[in-house]
Amino acid sequence: MRSRQLSYLILVTAVTAYASVAEARTVIQNKGSDTLVNVAQAWAEEYRKVDPDVAVAVSGGGSGTGIAAMINGTVDIANASRKMKDKEIKLANERGQSPVEHIVGYDALAVFIHQDNPLNEVTIEQLAEVYGEDGKFENWADLGIEVPGCKDQTMVLVSRQNNSGTYAYFRQAVLGKARDYKLGTRDMHGSKDVVDLVEKTPCAIGYSGLAYATDHIKMPCVSKADGESCVIPTVATASDGSYPIARPLLMYTNGEPQGAIKAYMDWILSDVGQCIIQQKGYAPIRSVTCN
Amino acid sequence: MADNPVIAAVERPQAALPEEVDFDRRDPDWFIDKAVQILVFIGGISAIIFIIGIFVFISKEGAGFLFGELDIVEFFTSPRWRPTSEHNPTYGILALIAGTASVTGLAMIVAIPFSLGAAIFIAEFATGKTREFLKVLVELLAAIPSVVWGFIGLSIMNPLIIEIFDVPVGLNVLNAGVILGLMAAPIMTSIAEDALNAVPDRYREAAEAMGATRWQVTIRAVLPAAKNGLLGAVLLGVGRGFGETMAVLMATGHSINLPSSVFDSVRALTATIAAELGETAVGSDHYMALFTIGIFLFIITFIINLTADLIVRGVRKG
Repeated sequence: MRSRQLSYLILVTAVTAYASVAEARTVIQNKGSDTLVNVAQAWAEEYRKVDPDVAVAVSGGGSGTGIAAMINGTVDIANASRKMKDKEIKLANERGQSPVEHIVGYDALAVFIHQDNPLNEVTIEQLAEVYGEDGKFENWADLGIEVPGCKDQTMVLVSRQNNSGTYAYFRQAVLGKARDYKLGTRDMHGSKDVVDLVEKTPCAIGYSGLAYATDHIKMPCVSKADGESCVIPTVATASDGSYPIARPLLMYTNGEPQGAIKAYMDWILSDVGQCIIQQKGYAPIRSVTCN
Repeated sequence: MADNPVIAAVERPQAALPEEVDFDRRDPDWFIDKAVQILVFIGGISAIIFIIGIFVFISKEGAGFLFGELDIVEFFTSPRWRPTSEHNPTYGILALIAGTASVTGLAMIVAIPFSLGAAIFIAEFATGKTREFLKVLVELLAAIPSVVWGFIGLSIMNPLIIEIFDVPVGLNVLNAGVILGLMAAPIMTSIAEDALNAVPDRYREAAEAMGATRWQVTIRAVLPAAKNGLLGAVLLGVGRGFGETMAVLMATGHSINLPSSVFDSVRALTATIAAELGETAVGSDHYMALFTIGIFLFIITFIINLTADLIVRGVRKG
C-alpha cells in the first residue's frame, strides 16, 4: 500500500514536472478512487500518445478524497467508485461547482467460494441471510448443500475492512441501507487477501471485485430473487447490467466537460479507452472488441 | 594541616601560582564540554518530551469524540464495532478488548513456563560457554521483527493448526497467542534472568550449607527472593502483548468476536487502529474513535509498564 502510494506520488511528481517544462501543455488534474487509479493511470499514459499537448496528472487517495477535491474545485476530474451523496452535491453547489457524473465502466463484485464447494447459484436474499446481522444462515446445510472438506459445515464469512468501498457497496447492494454485517466476519485488508483465504478454506465464502478472481476459485451465479434468472459474473454481464452486484465506476467533471477535458472524456468512452479498462479486469460500459 | 604530607603536596603548586593567572578556561575544550553537556541533557529529557507530546497529540485527536459523541458505557460494554454503518454507526470495543485480552492471556500461558525455565537455566544451572551462548541467542530472538512473526503465524502456524486440530481456519486466538508468547518470551527471559542474578550469592551458599540440592536451592531460596523481579518480567510481557500490532493483525483472523474457544478468530485493539486509520477521513467520528482506542491503549500499557517498573525497582532496593 505504502509503496503504491509512493509510486503514485512519484508518477504525479514526474507528470507535473514534465508538464511544467513543456509550458504549452494543458494539464488535467485527475484524483480519487483507489479502485480506479490503475485504470486512470493507464488512460493517462496512453493518452499522451494520442495528444502530446495534454498531460493528465493522476493520483489516488480514495473516492472520498477525489470527491472532496471536486467540492473544493481543486481537481478537473474526480474518480469515484461510489456516487456522490446528496449532501456532497449540495456542498459542491454552494461552493460554485456543479459536478457532472460520467459512468466510465463497471466493477462486478463476485461471490467467491472454495473449488470443492458444490454451490452453483445463490440469491441476493440468501446472501443477505448469510452476511446480514441476525441472518438465519450459518451452516452450509441452510443453503441445502454439504461442502466436502468442511468439517462442521459452519460457514466462514470473509469480508473487507470497514472503510473499503467494496465493503460499502456490497452492504448497500446485498443487505440494503438499513442492515449491517454480522459480527464475526473475517475482515481482510484487500481483495487479494479475500481470494487467498477462500482458496485455502473449504468452509469459506467471500466477495470481491471480479478482477481479482483466479482459476482456483469458484464463483456461483447470482440471482436477484428465487425464480429469477441466475447470472454468472463476467465482464459482459457486468457491462450489460444483468449481473445484480455490479457497481458503476464514475468520473465527475465540473459542469459539462469542455475543450481538452471533453476530448479526454470522449477518448475514455471510445473503444480504445474502453479496451484499456477491460484489460485491467473491469467491465467496459458497452461490449467492445479489442485486439 | 601542614602535618599531613598529602595536603601539603597538593597545596604547594597552588601557592606557587602567580596571582594574575586567569581561571576563566574558555578554550575550545571548554566549549566542547558545554556543548556535549547540552546535547546529553537534550537526549536525556527527549524521552519525556516525546512521551508527553505523543499523549497530547492522541488526546487532542481523540478529544472531540471523547467529550462529544462518545457514549462511554456503550464504548466499553458493546461488542458492536461498526464505525462506518450507514444508518447507525456504533462504537463498542468490548470484542476488541476481549480479543486483545484473550490473545495476551494465552501468550502469557505459553511464555511464562518458557521464559522462567530459560531464565532459571541460564542464571542457576548453565555455566561458561553454554551460558554465554544462550544469552546471545535469547537476545537474538528478541530482535526478530514482529512482521516476521506475523508471517510465521500466517504461513506456518495457520496450516499447522488446520491440520492438527481440524478447524476450518487457523488464524485464531491459539495462533496469535502462541506467536505472541514466543515474541514476549525472550524479553521476559532477559528480565527474569536479571532478577535471579540480583539475588545475593549468600542465599545460595546458606541453602547449600544446609545440605540443599541445586534444585532445592533454586526453588526454595532463589525464586522466593526474586519473586518481585519475576512478576515484573511477566508484567512487561503483558505490556508487550497489549501493544503488539503487526503479528496480531496477521495471525488473529481480524474478526470481531467474543471468543468462546481458542479456535475463534478475534480482533485486537491495536490491529483495528492499524487496519482502519489509514483510510479514514481526518476529523471524522471514526477517526476520533480510533484515537480514543489509542488513548485507552496508551493508558493501559502505561499502567502495566509503570507497575512492572516499580516492582522491579522495589526488589533491587530491598
